Amino acid sequence: MGTSYTTPTNPHWWREPIERTEIIWITLAFSWCLFMFGWMIAWHWIGNQNMRNEAYTTTPEKYSKKLEDQAAKYAVRKDASMPTEDVIAPPPGSDVYLAGMQWQWRPILELQKGQTYRIHISSLDVGHGFSLQPENINFQVYPGYEQVVNMTPNKSGTFSIACGEYCGGVNAMGHHTMLGRIYVKE
Amino acid sequence: MATTTMSDFRVDPVSGLKVHRVANKLVQWNAFTAVVFLLVAGLFGVLVALTRMPSVQLLPPELFYMALTAHGLVGLAVWIIFFEMALIYFCGAHLLGNRIATPAWAWVQYWLMLVGSALVAVAVLGGKSSVMMTSYPPLQAEPHFYLGLILFAVGALIGCFVFLGTLTVAKRENTYQGSLPLVVYGALIAVAIAIFTILSGAAILIPTFFWSIGLISHIDPMAYRVVWWAFGHSSQQINVTAHISIWYLIAGLVFGAKPMSEKVSRGAFLLYILFLQLGSVHHLLSDPGLTSAWKVFNTSYMVYLAVLASMIHGLTVPGAIEVAQRRRGLDTGMFTWLRKAPWGNPVFSGMFLSLIGFGFIGGVTGVVMSVEQINMVIHNTMYLPGHFHGTIVSGTTMAFMAVTYYLIPVVFQRKLALAGVAKLQPYVFALGAAVFGIALMGAGTLGVQRRHADITFAGQPLAYEYPEIAKGLMDLGELFGMVMAVGAIMFIVVVLASIFTGERIPEDSAPWPKVQDADAIFEKSGKKHIGMGGFEAPGTFVLALTLFVTIVLYYFINFKYLSSLWTLS
Repeated sequence: MGTSYTTPTNPHWWREPIERTEIIWITLAFSWCLFMFGWMIAWHWIGNQNMRNEAYTTTPEKYSKKLEDQAAKYAVRKDASMPTEDVIAPPPGSDVYLAGMQWQWRPILELQKGQTYRIHISSLDVGHGFSLQPENINFQVYPGYEQVVNMTPNKSGTFSIACGEYCGGVNAMGHHTMLGRIYVKE
Repeated sequence: MATTTMSDFRVDPVSGLKVHRVANKLVQWNAFTAVVFLLVAGLFGVLVALTRMPSVQLLPPELFYMALTAHGLVGLAVWIIFFEMALIYFCGAHLLGNRIATPAWAWVQYWLMLVGSALVAVAVLGGKSSVMMTSYPPLQAEPHFYLGLILFAVGALIGCFVFLGTLTVAKRENTYQGSLPLVVYGALIAVAIAIFTILSGAAILIPTFFWSIGLISHIDPMAYRVVWWAFGHSSQQINVTAHISIWYLIAGLVFGAKPMSEKVSRGAFLLYILFLQLGSVHHLLSDPGLTSAWKVFNTSYMVYLAVLASMIHGLTVPGAIEVAQRRRGLDTGMFTWLRKAPWGNPVFSGMFLSLIGFGFIGGVTGVVMSVEQINMVIHNTMYLPGHFHGTIVSGTTMAFMAVTYYLIPVVFQRKLALAGVAKLQPYVFALGAAVFGIALMGAGTLGVQRRHADITFAGQPLAYEYPEIAKGLMDLGELFGMVMAVGAIMFIVVVLASIFTGERIPEDSAPWPKVQDADAIFEKSGKKHIGMGGFEAPGTFVLALTLFVTIVLYYFINFKYLSSLWTLS
């Protein structure tokens, strides 16, 4: 007797045995849960795509200074498609500073395939999203926080950085026009 | 102490429930208001969809961002939470044959939520609060945007306490014996999560309001996101708990079903209270400054125990239906019980489509995208709107629509008008939502970012073009967004036509007989066993295995793709 919306007819319902369909399913489902938990941890050792737990607090002023110093050291040319922008070619293994700002990623980078760089990412104004295309690698970016990720490009070519976090904007430019660029050389 | 007399109640001829008239009025107003807001959400949704179609691009960016802010807030909060207020009052009063506690406070709930919604509407439509529903600082909305949200949340919190008071009244006045019915227990779990959710919302929105009027100089953008998501994600867990309660309710109403095991279903609900809130960390997986250990522990809801709970309900709800159908005599073959289900009854078809949509579209993708590493290839892409339309629209909204078809005769005392439209509606809506969700997730997998007024980056010298197939998927997805909108409009037309012009059901006549308990029929049949091969619900088990294989395959496909990317360490 009884339904799902009436009181349980057996006042000692917690003593009722569980039917086989449910027992087997719960066992199977829980085993998968344990596996997924273990796999997420294991990927830190067996996988090559993990976030780095390295981040610092900063300010837009301090971070801008790092961008200026970097440009002074490593700027190699103006970009062909956007002549106002510097292209920065830092040596492999070095610290590379990238910033999101309304509505551009700066500076344009030139990296070498197979080399590892310590890429720092922060924002100079509001929240942005680092979104490397067409790889489709995405990070949240805040003003005041500087995140470090070691990146090793495994393909050469021209990559774009779109913005993944809504950052305001007007009709002519805004979140929807925000781009940056990374050249990866062989 | 308030005294109640018999005339405060009526016995509903359709359901046999003892209905408190004041509680009924509150259910009516909250449900009706919810449906009106669903219309508003849908209309903004159409504007968003037509702009995101690369071949149409209806709105200019400024208007698009305004429409998207409005669509998110009205769809995710206003429609859903007004409906949930109706639902908890129905569970606390109607299902327990009980009066509602402190109706005056319940009206305060209603009006505060309405005034709050109006304030937010004024702020958003004014054009200076296009900050999206997440309103991440340092982007700033006008003060009455935050104030409206706070009033709305306070209203909802009052509703939660009215519900708890109502349960206390039922206990004290002995309107039921023993344990709460499973459906009411589910509603209680939803309310417990709601209280946590709203307090988290207060903890972040009140300081943000002070910041918007200049009393606080700085809101840390990361602290905001950490606390905001305790509110933002948990609010979706209220929806999950509420719509699963509706699944159980409809299984009982349509099939006279009871849970396969009270212990298992209640235990699964309890896991939600204990672990669901940890899931807010899903939104912070690609954030700086939070450690992997913290992310892994929380994003898994502590070893996926809340995922386990959903997988359990995913089996026990159709399982309860299968067992009931077999006890009612459809005990042949693997799927006879499902084939002979009342597919023309929108209460059932809506509920079952919600179950399938939530499991296969919202559920599978939710489990996979909330893996710490997989999140990097999904975070903030179009995949997200695809996924959460799988949960909120295919799952929650579809279930709320299904139960509305039942509330119309019981609560509004009207027969369903335009029955032919109602019969088709769940299929149109579910199809639209399913293709929309899947297509957007496809586009997101190919990199398309969310919340973009123009995915072609027109006018940017550093041009970037998404693959053609991604644009095609956006066109296809948004086209089915239109189908989804048609389904929503069909629903709204049926509801309004029924409430205002439907044939009135007199208080003393039942237009159709109440569904008998499956157990009562089984007892009369004299049979002892049902099912096949020692399984009471073999068909459901096969369906559940299909879901299981889908999750496993999809999980590894994503890791395979991830492993081909740049090395990140």
